[in-house]
Amino acid sequence: MKKVGIILVSHVPEIANGIPKLLVQVAPDVSLSSAGGTDDNDIGTSMEKILSAIEKNEAEEVLAFYDIGSSKMNLELAIEMTDKQVHLYDTAFIEGAYTAATLIQAGVPLDEIEKQLAPLKIK
Amino acid sequence: MLTAENTKKWMDSFYRKIEENKDYLSELDTPIGDGDHGNNMMRGMDGVKNSLAQLQDPDLKTVLKAIAMGLISKVGGASGPLYGTAFLEMAKKCSETQKVNELLSVALAGIKKRGGATEGDKTMVDVWSPVAQSNAITPKIIDDAIASTKDMQARKGRASYLGERSIGHLDPGAVSSGYLFTALLETEGTL
Repeated sequence: MKKVGIILVSHVPEIANGIPKLLVQVAPDVSLSSAGGTDDNDIGTSMEKILSAIEKNEAEEVLAFYDIGSSKMNLELAIEMTDKQVHLYDTAFIEGAYTAATLIQAGVPLDEIEKQLAPLKIK
Repeated sequence: MLTAENTKKWMDSFYRKIEENKDYLSELDTPIGDGDHGNNMMRGMDGVKNSLAQLQDPDLKTVLKAIAMGLISKVGGASGPLYGTAFLEMAKKCSETQKVNELLSVALAGIKKRGGATEGDKTMVDVWSPVAQSNAITPKIIDDAIASTKDMQARKGRASYLGERSIGHLDPGAVSSGYLFTALLETEGTL
């Protein structure tokens, strides 16, 4: 297992759980965890679910990608509550995560990964 | 001056206002958002009610923290982390001061930092800011602040995706914030 992992946060459980299916194709050795929907699996995000996805990730250092609105705010709250090192990226959700997954798998260092993520920043 | 007791009463009153107006809040959220602000806030206030009911003889800090965690864990939409951060900031500050305007000022700073919004972006900040800055909160200050969001173009939040089309609608988060402050005004001994 690689020492950097990825967490995916979406308003929709199926989106959060679906993206790892795409990423695992290029990144079989990268720990992927996701948090989608509210605690009742309604549309929205849950700080507790996000925190548990961070804790569950097998890597000590995690790159976080998210969809719209409250995902980022709940992610930031969760990041304040964990001891793990989490890097948050404002990139296009799927492209950003896919790029990062590919590069982590290839053993590329984080500063290089961040250079490639920079043009994908959308907000 | 906030105390554990009057803060709980303040939340009871806010709960009732959200309950009475949840359909209206969702309606406001329909043309410029995702139509769920009323339901989200209701779910959040149910969370607050449950967290507060579990406390035995709590101090103010515990009450404010329970409110924050209830909102953060139950709202689901962007209002959860925003309202939650506001109460979390008040909880951090309340050992130093219990004065409402000082607590609202740190809460406002927390909301701005969390959401990245500032005055004029057509968000809850446009109500929190004038209220936090006034020495004496009045119904008129609250109402004028809510009304001011109507002609603004949204620059933050779901409504910002609509650009100019967001003009002409009240911001739902500004309206629910208005209920919060009206509830505060109506709670004896808080100001």
